Amino acid sequence: MTKRTESSLVFWIFLAPVLFAFIMVMVIPFFLGSYYAFTNWSSSARVDGGLRFVGLQNFMESFRDPAFLYSFSITFAYTILNMIAINVVAFALALLVTGELRLKNVYRVGFFVPNLIGGLILGYIWQFIFNNAIPSLGRIIPVLGFLANPGNLLLSKNTSALAAMIIVGTWQYAGYIMMIYVAAIENIPQELLEAAKIDGATPWIRLKSITIPLCAQAFTVTMFLTLVNSFKQFDVNVSLTSGGPSTMLMGQPILGTELLALNIYNTAFISNKLSVAQARAFVFFFVLAIISIIQVYVNKKREIEL
Amino acid sequence: MKQQRSRKPGMIVAEVVTALLFILFLFPFVLVLLNSAKTSFEVTQYPLAWPSRWGNIIDNVVKIWTSESVRYPSSLLTSTIVTVVSLVLINLFSAQAGWVLVRTKSKISQVIFFIFVASMVIPFQIVMFPLLSWFRTVTVATGIRLLRTYLGIILAYIGFGAPLSIFMFHGFIKSIPLELEEAATIDGCKKHQIFYKIIFPILTPIQATVLVLNGIWIWNDYLLPLLVLGKGNDIMTIPLAVSNFAGAFVKQWDLILTAILMAMVPVIIFFLFAQKYIVKGMVAGAIK
Repeated sequence: MTKRTESSLVFWIFLAPVLFAFIMVMVIPFFLGSYYAFTNWSSSARVDGGLRFVGLQNFMESFRDPAFLYSFSITFAYTILNMIAINVVAFALALLVTGELRLKNVYRVGFFVPNLIGGLILGYIWQFIFNNAIPSLGRIIPVLGFLANPGNLLLSKNTSALAAMIIVGTWQYAGYIMMIYVAAIENIPQELLEAAKIDGATPWIRLKSITIPLCAQAFTVTMFLTLVNSFKQFDVNVSLTSGGPSTMLMGQPILGTELLALNIYNTAFISNKLSVAQARAFVFFFVLAIISIIQVYVNKKREIEL
Repeated sequence: MKQQRSRKPGMIVAEVVTALLFILFLFPFVLVLLNSAKTSFEVTQYPLAWPSRWGNIIDNVVKIWTSESVRYPSSLLTSTIVTVVSLVLINLFSAQAGWVLVRTKSKISQVIFFIFVASMVIPFQIVMFPLLSWFRTVTVATGIRLLRTYLGIILAYIGFGAPLSIFMFHGFIKSIPLELEEAATIDGCKKHQIFYKIIFPILTPIQATVLVLNGIWIWNDYLLPLLVLGKGNDIMTIPLAVSNFAGAFVKQWDLILTAILMAMVPVIIFFLFAQKYIVKGMVAGAIK
């Protein structure tokens, strides 16, 4: 056997397992899905004889569905607010735990812990907190009596339930993002900060003109991660609100906190419209791809400017 | 000296604020523990109180341990099997793939690597429905069951986990000097032996990152097991078991929280042992 054939044999044998798995679960389903989105595919289509090509009908139907349009808008709202909340909290925490605190390593680990537990479980914990623990706080402390009123439960109205999801999202993710900021802040040369201090720069000025600009690269990473993860949020949505409470829009009952990922899932398995769900998944993908490309582009540009 | 003194009040404020935030962050877990030791009545009446009898926690744990909808011992075993087998295979297969993709300078090698990287932007939602019908088709054609089996879910985790893992191995292997491998070839080492004997051991740091990132994802994942393993299956992972239980025993918070506590304990124990690697691995994975 020559060296060349040995090399190419090893090349294919070494690649074979991942290629096989990747083709089975990504490539083939991706192409099937691209086709199904334009057909009348449903769980019953196989029974009554084959798929029919329906053009853009699934997409049109989606964009006429108030529940989908609503889901789209709250997903945007959730993503933006969640991104801001997570990054502000995470950066603040990072500044605190890179200071000269006595127990800073314990704090870092503590803030990080929620990230180890799955979103599904975290959602249930917070459902308990919002529905039981907080009202109980209202019963104990007279000044906070309004918390005990069932009408004031955060999860009972759709705007406040969305806020509740942001609270959980921030709690879940801030510790992880904090760790990325910590790595960036600890890489800043100490001499730079010392020199600025000697020149009389206040802590605020040092933060604004040294720490934040030198963390630009970390910002690109954290913004991207929080954007993508917020946009794809599913687990917390399922366990915390299951999409509820119900509300009315354009004369139709819709779910008040149903983010896109949950809307896609429900379209397929509750409304039983697989092809429509598939079309929505494509819309979801394109929108996510476009906003994340814009975000990375803008941040990279800022990185250079700073 | 003067500066030292003027910084002190600021430090105390920072110290107190951080400690308060720390308590706030961990308080939800404390609540889970406190309420796992209460009766159903106590939980609804006094969710914030200290439990009247800690012995209740044992009763609740026994109830969850023997519960038909959680099947805790079996779920714990399933989660462990799925996570460990997937991790071992993702780690080995992606390392191999990453290595040949770096060391083979052909057009096809570049194209394959590009496809892996590009696939990372594709959300699971796009492939999840066709994946189910495709798995069904495969079963009809070959008789090999992929839905509701270990085989199917592990195959899925390898396929979805490989791109990021290959990308990370690829980046690391690029920095390993080629001379090392050339020397081994001169000494009469076969190509595949070079990988297993020389390269794979050098990859230990990046392997840790790959294992941590994939491990946390697979252990906590809910949507993929929900679709591939399904509801009411003999094999169910811990997140499936918890959601199964919470769905069947709505508002039975004493038991739901005990189930949650028991779902968290293995992760927390593991984290305490491997804390350093986990934090490092997750940060390294993000920055790459």
